[in-house]
Amino acid sequence: MSALTFLIVAVIKIAVTLGVLLTVVAYTVWLERKLVGRMQNRWGPSRVGPFGLLQPLADGIKFLLKEDLTPPYVEKNIYLLAPGLALIMALTSIALVPIGPIIHLFGISTPVQITGVVNAAGQASDINVGILIVLGITSLGVYGIALAGWSSNSKYSLLGSLRASAQMVSYEVSLGLSLVGVLLMSSTLSLSGIVHAQLGNWHGIPQWFLFRGQFVAFFIYMMAAFAETNRIPFDLPEAETELVAGYHTEYSAMKFAMFFMAEYANMVTVACIASVMFLGGWGGPPMPFLPSAIQAFLPLIWFSSKIFFFLFLYIWIRGTLPRFRYDQLMAFGWKFLFPLALANVVVTAFFVAIRA
Amino acid sequence: MHQFLFLLFGAFCVGGAINLLIQRKTINSALSLIVVMGSLALIYLLLGAEFVAVVQVIIYAGAIMVLYIFVIMLLNAGAEEESKGSNVAKIFGIPGLFAGGMIGIWVLLQHRPEEKLIPIGALYGPADQVGMMLFTKYLLAFEVTSILVLIAIMGAVVLARRSNS
Repeated sequence: MSALTFLIVAVIKIAVTLGVLLTVVAYTVWLERKLVGRMQNRWGPSRVGPFGLLQPLADGIKFLLKEDLTPPYVEKNIYLLAPGLALIMALTSIALVPIGPIIHLFGISTPVQITGVVNAAGQASDINVGILIVLGITSLGVYGIALAGWSSNSKYSLLGSLRASAQMVSYEVSLGLSLVGVLLMSSTLSLSGIVHAQLGNWHGIPQWFLFRGQFVAFFIYMMAAFAETNRIPFDLPEAETELVAGYHTEYSAMKFAMFFMAEYANMVTVACIASVMFLGGWGGPPMPFLPSAIQAFLPLIWFSSKIFFFLFLYIWIRGTLPRFRYDQLMAFGWKFLFPLALANVVVTAFFVAIRA
Repeated sequence: MHQFLFLLFGAFCVGGAINLLIQRKTINSALSLIVVMGSLALIYLLLGAEFVAVVQVIIYAGAIMVLYIFVIMLLNAGAEEESKGSNVAKIFGIPGLFAGGMIGIWVLLQHRPEEKLIPIGALYGPADQVGMMLFTKYLLAFEVTSILVLIAIMGAVVLARRSNS
């Protein structure tokens, strides 16, 4: 593949992935309002378009046209930097996620993954510290929230961002440790390598790491990921009963929308990483009875249905659980999840060592 | 290309470090330090040490600097007060800095001949190689460092306990 073809393929992949991601983000908001509405015995959005399907578009126009206020006495540069930082960090990690296997189109073969290439042996390969880069980008995402709260010159914002940074730093530890078991079993840090380690079946059961003894790790990952994305039951940084809207109290119009999009994009990223690490990514049980036209799309269908499952779980839990108290949140993270994650690493290492 | 990137990120790194010193507001200094950490990570990546580069971002930029920002937010540290400055520093400051830098570079070049410098992209540092070296060749240093970290953690716990009672 020449340098020019490589560049064109990369730009197309980035444009398509970003477009799909932003659409998914917009419609996750719609799905959340619709589902939470049904759980609370009301209709949710129903006026704009059939089933309220054009509601995200209307919201977008509203955000663009509203007056963009900058309150006085804010740290102007940092105040303007923070929403962009939050959104960029949230959108970047999707570049590392393997969305599908190698596709052949117009005589060019490339994996459905922005950072993936086809190597000399004809196999998909990507950055070999992929999962660590995702963790690094997640850990940089704290700055958007921390700086937003500090620069707003408001007590509610400051309290919200203090809560957020303490919470995210604490839960990052458990989040990283919960993935170590999977890394030990797959013996690679590359995300497409991890997906390839989970292909295949054992008596009809897919060889996903969730079914190969990593269910405790999966549980820890989901808990920590809910805390990382500031979702209920861990949404103390934006607890509206105490802090108005937490760290984005002073933001309006498009700047607020950027925080909003960052939160939902983070949810999608977490769902992607969870399905790659524990549910086999784009792999799934073979379906030989389907026609070959659908067979070609099967990996993408598997991947998107896993993402949908996680997004549904997020919304379901939001409709179900109340919020934690802050000391309970810290105690849960450090005294329960962290030791459990350590124990999981030790036990997994023991079994991996026995089988080696 | 690699040469250009090295110079670019080197310039970012030095610029960030200088900005850290001349900024009056604490938060701006802390943000400059993040830029320095990020550029260092990219230089590690250019050298080929990908694992070290990512760990640099996760540990320094992602965890330690967050704590710095956290402290700045909690203390609400404002702008630094400007002192009059000494006349000696005004006259000899910049020439002294250049002279000191030159002597430093001269000493380094004396002790590290050209063939021992590491060329760009020469380090081969994937995670498994780093782990292998840590647990065989540098095992003693690794374990001693972990004990040092453990002592620091226990010290922090002791200090936190004492202030509570």
